[in-house]
Amino acid sequence: MSTLEIKDLHVSIETEQGVKEILKGVTLTINSGEIHAIMGPNGSGKSTLASTIAGHPRYNVTSGTITMDGENVLDMAVDERARAGLFLAMQYPVEVPGVTMTNFLRTAKTAIDGEAPKLRTWAKDVRSAMEKLKIDADFANRNVNEGFSGGEKKRVEILQLELFKPKFAVLDETDSGLDIDALRVVSDGVNRAQESNDMGTLLITHYTRILNYIKPDYVHVFVDGRVAEQGGPELADELEANGYDRFLAPAQA
Amino acid sequence: MTEQIQREKDSGVTSDILERNPELQGIGSYEYGWSDSDSAGANAKRGIDEAVVEDISAKKSEPEWMLKLRKKGLKYFQRKPMPMWGADLSGIDFDNIKYFVRSTEKQAKTWEDLPEDIRNTYERLGIPEAERERLVSGVAAQYESEVVYHQIREDLEEQGVIFMDTDTALKEHPEFFEEYFGSVIPVGDNKFAALNTSVWSGGSFVYVPKGVHVEIPLQAYFRINTENMGQFERTLIIADEDSYVHYIEGCTAPIYDSDSLHSAVVEIVVKKNARVRYTTIQNWSTNVYNLVTKRAVVDAGGTMEWIDGNIGSKVTMKYPAVYLTGEHAKGETLSVAFAGEGQHQDTGSKMVHMAPHTSSTIVSKSVARNGGRAAYRGLVQVNEGASHSANSVVCDALLVDTISRSDTYPYIDIREDDVTLGHEATVSKVSEDQLFYLMARGLAEDEAMAMIVRGFIEPIARELPMEYALELNRLIELQMEGSVG
Repeated sequence: MSTLEIKDLHVSIETEQGVKEILKGVTLTINSGEIHAIMGPNGSGKSTLASTIAGHPRYNVTSGTITMDGENVLDMAVDERARAGLFLAMQYPVEVPGVTMTNFLRTAKTAIDGEAPKLRTWAKDVRSAMEKLKIDADFANRNVNEGFSGGEKKRVEILQLELFKPKFAVLDETDSGLDIDALRVVSDGVNRAQESNDMGTLLITHYTRILNYIKPDYVHVFVDGRVAEQGGPELADELEANGYDRFLAPAQA
Repeated sequence: MTEQIQREKDSGVTSDILERNPELQGIGSYEYGWSDSDSAGANAKRGIDEAVVEDISAKKSEPEWMLKLRKKGLKYFQRKPMPMWGADLSGIDFDNIKYFVRSTEKQAKTWEDLPEDIRNTYERLGIPEAERERLVSGVAAQYESEVVYHQIREDLEEQGVIFMDTDTALKEHPEFFEEYFGSVIPVGDNKFAALNTSVWSGGSFVYVPKGVHVEIPLQAYFRINTENMGQFERTLIIADEDSYVHYIEGCTAPIYDSDSLHSAVVEIVVKKNARVRYTTIQNWSTNVYNLVTKRAVVDAGGTMEWIDGNIGSKVTMKYPAVYLTGEHAKGETLSVAFAGEGQHQDTGSKMVHMAPHTSSTIVSKSVARNGGRAAYRGLVQVNEGASHSANSVVCDALLVDTISRSDTYPYIDIREDDVTLGHEATVSKVSEDQLFYLMARGLAEDEAMAMIVRGFIEPIARELPMEYALELNRLIELQMEGSVG
């Protein structure tokens, strides 16, 4: 059993208008096997939290800690975090021209595990994971994310989630831009990874829609760079009915 | 399994080439920075004058006309000024160069017949292995000034294919030389072509008879061993009507403190409906000035393809040219240049349309890092009467950091109305988001960088024979190691 612990995290970025604080004291604990949903309006800092956990150089941690089983995550380089078992399913996956998915997946798997996967079983694993996510077999020979539609990119992120088997996954608006069928396929993928690896999941979303397929244990309402309220799945239902207004009013006051 | 492939596995970086062709593991082991103790090189004379030229010609017992041509070349070389464009050549000390080094008295027909240290050199370069593995159908190995080993598959010989070193070919097939030598690149074409003409030695001669297709490539490997060596090989390829041949050359040299000069001339004659592909993986050490003139003339319906990879050398100035002299002739250049610290790669291509309905394409990719300079310099010329000609140029540059430099010098000279031209140029930088994405998938920063660079040149790597593509990938990884931080 592993624990990802975020304590009083403050994060700022450099903008043309100077330094801007985005996260203003985030505290959150995720254990193996738990699904935490983070919901909140645009601009509340949800994606900043996701990128900071993964270590994007643009985000500057000014105070607070992130630890995984006591290890200081903030001391680790981006690749070290990945090898330690953190995975970020990105909101905008990047194209890598000239590098096939097959090559990319195997190189990444080798880097994360510290050894090359067994050739025979690996090819089978990739094929079957692709089938389950309804990704056409041709994609194996296509270049990473190049010319993929928004929905295809998201499926490929979840494909990596299933193949790399991280301890903790952060899903940054994986549901955005997905039609209803794709949403189901992607959700099934997350649930499979969750069950088979006892993964801890931080699910970031605008909408309650995805929560019909991925059942959260905890829901956190994120407003103005911090967690405004937390509760069980029932909190999502309330948000569905009433929106974020209740939380926005005091924040703006 | 070779050490390099093992390293590739250990580092977790695999290439698409290996991915698609696992059988290639174990091929293509190249380490190149060592040198042999070579007394021939140590004792060779420095500097150039008429006596040096006469001496080379006498040692080769050449016909009188060749000596005359050499002397003419020397005059042009002495008279012509250094080029005032391109890379800085002021570091070349012509008086300090050894123009001719004979390292063995006679050419070997088997690797075992070579002096041990020369044989070891080629073993370490993986050349005999490639021959044993039948990845090539003929091999020529040039060491210093002369070809020390040469072999061609018997069935090709029976079909009339000639593949031998240029010195021997001049003796055995003088008729080709009287007709074609210097016909594509005249003696006074440029200062370095003139120098080559005056002191040329070694290189390959290839003749492919009418209708013969040489399906497996012929390979030449050029090695400089001596410090301050000048290597001036001369290659002549004649592809008769409806024939096909793919010629591949590789080149390496030891690392020395002072500079060497490589100045080759390559002339190619592509007859009606013939096709020639010429692939170069240039990996000279970074103390070599590489100033090479390469040109092909293509008759009606013929095709010339230059695949030009420049990874090594201190300075390279090389612009493979195609003169499209017959209707529907085609020219193509795919080039990739990699400029690291202290390197200046000034490369490109020249396409001259001299007949109607001719077409040409140039695709150039360059990567600069750690203060290196990479330039694309190209000329597209459409002569009067070459109507309905078409050309397209695409040059992409990738900058890996903020201290490196990329330039594009596209020249266009069009003397005909009815032509189609396209030019695209891009300069891109490795983006923070690309690096982040790959590192978030566990790749260390230099591995991520190497993957991005490999992807960038993939359109050219895929045109290479597999073991060369693998070597190219490996060289890029070596270049990228320690490039970040």
